[in-house]
Amino acid sequence: MIKAILIFNNHGKPRLSKFYEHYNEDTEQQIIRETFHLVSKRDENVCNFLEGGMLIGGSDYKLIYRHYATLYFVFCVDSSESELGILDLIQVFVETLDKCFENVCELDLIFHVDKVHHILAEMVMGGMVLETNMNEIITQVDAQNKMEKSEAGIAGAPARAVSAVKNMNLPEMPRNINIGDISIKVPNLPSFK
Amino acid sequence: MALKIVKGSIDRMFDKNLQDLVRGIRNHKEDEAKYISTCIDEIKQELKQDNIAVKANAVCKLTYLQMLGYDVSWAAFNIVEVMSSSKFTYKRIGYLAASQCFHESTDVIMLTTNQIRKDLSSPNQYDTGVALTGLSCFVTPDLARDLANDIMTLMSHTKPYIRKKAVLIMYKVFLKYPESLRPAFPRLKEKLEDPDPGVQSAAVNVICELARRNPKNYLSLAPLFFKLMTSSTNNWVLIKIIKLFGALTPLEPRLGKKLIEPLTNLIHSTSAMSLLYECVNTVIAVLISLSSGMPNHSASIQLCVQKLRILIEDSDQNLKYLGLLAMSKILKTHPKSVQSHKDLILQCLDDKDESIRLRALDLLYGMVSKKNLMEIVKKLMLHVDKAEGTTYRDELLTKIIDICSQSNYQYITNFEWYISILVELTRLEGTRHGHLIASQMLDVAIRVKAIRAFAVAQMATLLDNAHLLTGNTQRNGICEVLYAAAWICGEFSEHLENPMQTLEAMLRPKVATLPGHIQAVYVQNSAKLFATVLKSQEGDTDSTTTQEASQLMIDRLPLFVQSANLEVQERASCILQLVKYIQKLQQKDVEVAEEVCALFAGELNPVAPKAQKKVPVPEGLDLDAWINEPPSESESEDEQPKAIFTKEEPKHSRPRHTEVDEKELARRREARKQEQANNPFYIKASPSSQKVYQDTSGVEHIPVVQIDLSVPLKVPGLPMSDQYVKLEEERRQKVRAEKKKKEKKKRKEKRSGRGRKHDSGPESEEDIAPAHMVDIVTEEMPENALPSDDDERDPSDPHKALDIDLDKPLADNEKLPVRSHRAVEAQKSPVEDGERENAASQEPKKKSSKDKKEKKKDKDRDRKKSKEEKKKKKHKHEEKEEDLLGGQMEEPVVQSEETSEVAALPTSSSAEEVATVAAAEAAPAPGAPSVTAPDSEPDEPKDTEMEPKSSKHKKKKQKKEKEDKEKKKKKHHHHHRHSDAGGEESVQNGTVEEEEPLPPMSNYCLLAENSYIKMMKEDADEVCDIQGNLQDGSQVVVSVIFENKCESFLKSMEFNVLDSLNSKLQRPEGSGPHDGLVVPFQLPPGVSNEARFVFTVQSIVMPQKLKGTLTFIVKNEDSSTHEKLDFKLHFTCTSYLITTPCYSDAFAKLLESGDLKSSSIRLEGVNMPFHHLLARICFHHHFSVVERIDSCASMYSRSIQGHHVCLLVKTSAQTVSIDAKCDEPTLLGNVLDEIKQTFSQC
Repeated sequence: MIKAILIFNNHGKPRLSKFYEHYNEDTEQQIIRETFHLVSKRDENVCNFLEGGMLIGGSDYKLIYRHYATLYFVFCVDSSESELGILDLIQVFVETLDKCFENVCELDLIFHVDKVHHILAEMVMGGMVLETNMNEIITQVDAQNKMEKSEAGIAGAPARAVSAVKNMNLPEMPRNINIGDISIKVPNLPSFK
Repeated sequence: MALKIVKGSIDRMFDKNLQDLVRGIRNHKEDEAKYISTCIDEIKQELKQDNIAVKANAVCKLTYLQMLGYDVSWAAFNIVEVMSSSKFTYKRIGYLAASQCFHESTDVIMLTTNQIRKDLSSPNQYDTGVALTGLSCFVTPDLARDLANDIMTLMSHTKPYIRKKAVLIMYKVFLKYPESLRPAFPRLKEKLEDPDPGVQSAAVNVICELARRNPKNYLSLAPLFFKLMTSSTNNWVLIKIIKLFGALTPLEPRLGKKLIEPLTNLIHSTSAMSLLYECVNTVIAVLISLSSGMPNHSASIQLCVQKLRILIEDSDQNLKYLGLLAMSKILKTHPKSVQSHKDLILQCLDDKDESIRLRALDLLYGMVSKKNLMEIVKKLMLHVDKAEGTTYRDELLTKIIDICSQSNYQYITNFEWYISILVELTRLEGTRHGHLIASQMLDVAIRVKAIRAFAVAQMATLLDNAHLLTGNTQRNGICEVLYAAAWICGEFSEHLENPMQTLEAMLRPKVATLPGHIQAVYVQNSAKLFATVLKSQEGDTDSTTTQEASQLMIDRLPLFVQSANLEVQERASCILQLVKYIQKLQQKDVEVAEEVCALFAGELNPVAPKAQKKVPVPEGLDLDAWINEPPSESESEDEQPKAIFTKEEPKHSRPRHTEVDEKELARRREARKQEQANNPFYIKASPSSQKVYQDTSGVEHIPVVQIDLSVPLKVPGLPMSDQYVKLEEERRQKVRAEKKKKEKKKRKEKRSGRGRKHDSGPESEEDIAPAHMVDIVTEEMPENALPSDDDERDPSDPHKALDIDLDKPLADNEKLPVRSHRAVEAQKSPVEDGERENAASQEPKKKSSKDKKEKKKDKDRDRKKSKEEKKKKKHKHEEKEEDLLGGQMEEPVVQSEETSEVAALPTSSSAEEVATVAAAEAAPAPGAPSVTAPDSEPDEPKDTEMEPKSSKHKKKKQKKEKEDKEKKKKKHHHHHRHSDAGGEESVQNGTVEEEEPLPPMSNYCLLAENSYIKMMKEDADEVCDIQGNLQDGSQVVVSVIFENKCESFLKSMEFNVLDSLNSKLQRPEGSGPHDGLVVPFQLPPGVSNEARFVFTVQSIVMPQKLKGTLTFIVKNEDSSTHEKLDFKLHFTCTSYLITTPCYSDAFAKLLESGDLKSSSIRLEGVNMPFHHLLARICFHHHFSVVERIDSCASMYSRSIQGHHVCLLVKTSAQTVSIDAKCDEPTLLGNVLDEIKQTFSQC
């Protein structure tokens, strides 16, 4: 089981938090802070597994994380999950984000956290891995987006126009997640098909 | 209308959306909190609006704020509103928000049951999907109970997308509602062989989770998994299965033997490291489970260790980590294989990666031997000094202690060294493990008698330097060590060199800053020390020392008498008085030492931690029985506080001065001895140890080896363990040299002389003689202790409840609660039909192999099946479902038939639910995808599906069904049928468990019937979404089930109704007011299907009737005839009501407002439980319970045009009175009449 999925940036700002067990808001923030603290002090070339972390811990649990450019993707899992499998899942997740957002960068996650949640929901459900095939995930996500668009219909058009105008002066920040190097880091993980 | 929407959205686009919010927060970095609080105010305004789009937008923003740590639980009700929107866009937002912030104690969750059920049965797979995803995050026991059956049916949905989600969520349902496990398990098992890999993977996932916690119940699945393992190519599935086998093999070694070969093959062949790793892991588990008497498996172990070595040597830190992790598993059973890689592991201890170091530490546990223990610990001590993070340092500390103390200090040859190590560890600052060190010190000092003198000396130093330990911080855990130090110094004070000095150290004023329990020990042990001082000075003519000691005590103890800690205070004041008395005696030159020592005479032996539990309860002793009847509660409540706060307190602060005379002392001593003798936990000391204080020779029988004098016993400051390492080396060499001389002789002697066994470790180990011939006292157990080693599982562990035997056949009372009140095919069926056929046509190909499989399965399964069928038959609802489908539903185990079952499932909930969605999308414009292609050859595949095996069952079944059908016909109108309709009601007042199950209910009634066709209708209510319904909300959806009862094919069905002034059938644009509507499907024989028709209604205050006709063509093989069927649609006022949840405070406000007209009715002779009554009103008349108190309940509903209807239902004896209020008196009158009618019929 996956207990929690966290995404935060290099400064510990949460970009997505998904807890599959209930904590109150304060505890959640504390967990995020603590996890960031644990993860951020680790060097780049150490292993991606991490024990400890008082709040989310327990001897059966492990933090499995990956660091991409400005973002940390952290999964907290118990011993029923395969460690390497979860690493691969993170990779699939990031690649899926990359496909869905077309060259994903932190800004996409900042402004469209809801969409990221929807994508994640097609991969992990209630703490259990639902789907690992990227094409399948993208198909389902696209189909749902299409439905949303068709529901918006004519009525949605002006709103879209306005949001387009609003977004015109948006990207002052460089699109800086470079997804290109991800495959270099895990040469020994042929992806699951 | 369209214009209005556009206008609405133009208004909306100036609202802040999520992106604007995020942007705003980013632009207000300095005053973020303030900005967000204004945003929350805006959101609150938005939530008050009626426009669902605005609400959804607000909820979406709240979800973001929740992530930032803001509590948004206040908006829970709005989230529910957004969840129940008919638009997918909003629904998804609502469910996302719910999944992020709902939890078991969110009270509005109970309002969502029906909404979720509706969404689960939605014809749109994404509505269902989104509901499942959301539910997986916030499912509660209530939701799980009410929805288990709905989800179970979804497990056989036609769409793999839904199937896999439904399968996965079942795990959560099991956790919350363990009763559902057994009924759902057969279907879950089927899903292991689902044609879709995703579904299969989900099923494997769920079963693995279940089996991990309670493996023994899943052993019977092993053959199935074995097959999957050898056939599957999906690495995810393989990994899960292999992990599962790892959990199963310990229970069934035979399974392990079978596994070895395929697993080794996989290890050799796979290129995926993850898979390789899991294989190795499971092979290890298998080898552990097999007894060591399997020599031919050493090859497998070698293979594993080799592979792991490759992993550990890899440059990828992840693999290194996992390699070490797996290695530690081998260690337990095959330590020798691991020990050969000691070099590698020690190397990992120096890795820069903390995770890896921690794993290497785990391995060390098994690497130590007598020979290298000191060396390894020395290395660890170096790490302790270097370590930065407290976590790692604490980990090191516990590891050092673990390593040293393992198997009863097996590897420690020199306890002085160990004590020094412990003392050195006390120098760690900020460790949490002070108590661990303390308990080790106590343990060693108590159990290793030979070391006591040394330990006491060390502890005395420690006490002397206590200020170094306590340091600056009060919460420093290390001060726990002082507890042990004080106790050891006190208890074994006869070994102290200079008891006076220690006594002084223990009574320093600084001690008062220590935690209470430590102070208490200090005080108590200072008394022991005092006794020792007296004793040592006895016989001396010079009594200054003793007098000094008494004076010291008298001077210092008052500080403790003032302590806030009760125990400290109590002990201090007792001892103070005692010392004062002794001082008096001393001044008279009376010898008191003997008596004072007697206070503390007696040896303490260690007691095993479980000893208390293991004492058998004597026969005839009932621990639960009252000895005295408890006093009534009111008494104790009144009196106790008084006693504590007024009378007792002064007593404590001013203790009475009691003179203790010698007789009294002797009496006490006697009593204490007596008590010890009778106390099973107090070790009856042997006479020799009893005399410890009188006769020191009691200790001398322990062979204390002379301590090498090169070690200064009293190390100035704190001791250095390092010296021991060197010394030990020298000593060993000496011993070795000696031994060479008289080797044979000595070995014999040693074996007999040694009290401990050395069962592991290489030969050379044996040669190392311990520095001390230590007598390690074993822990005491009570006589005739129970041997049972019950594994202690946390009683709060949710998985405990899932420890359920799954192989037992299902009992009748185990079926899941079902709440469906109709059984039809949904409107989408034409498309689904197509799919079903696809699935079905694939079926025959697989069938041959499947048949074989099927036969192989043992009879047990058959039995289960038939049981299940029986269960189903009992279940009217399900039966009807089958019935309407023309009896094609059979055992769920058979795949082909299950597909047809699937088709029926979305309909198994109320029509109104489906209707909501349909009203907005499908009904007005039948351009929806569902209306397209009618299927071409519908009955053929079904025939081929029939499994010859099941035919017997089938005949029986059909017969039953026929009977049932006839019964139903007789009952006709308003024949209300079942299910757990309690669902609704129970959620609202949560007391259902004790009450009887509810009688069946249904909203379907027979509309018209002839020899060809039967029409059932439910006049479902309501309309699209909320905003629509307030302005133009006057739509009513009617769901009609058409069932083909004849042997021929029915087609070209046309549905027409004569419009009245008030009600009109909505027809597609361009068609005239009298044109009929084409029913978008055809009916093969025995098949039923459902269609929905939308009506526009002007006024809803009166019930009305509409006449209508259905025309259709009956097509035989050679001829076709036109037929027609007349019917009457009866629109009751009830059908204009929508179940709307209402808060009790809102409800109260509504009643107070005074806008409502009231009316009331009385029902006589209603003979049913109150909760049934409520459930009926809820169910048939679309009310929701606002509040229920005993036999009185308030209920609420709302009409589609926004009229509020409030009810107050009271019952006494057989009379039910209903007081009602509504802003539309006519509507109210009619609704009440209808309620009356409902109850008059039952």
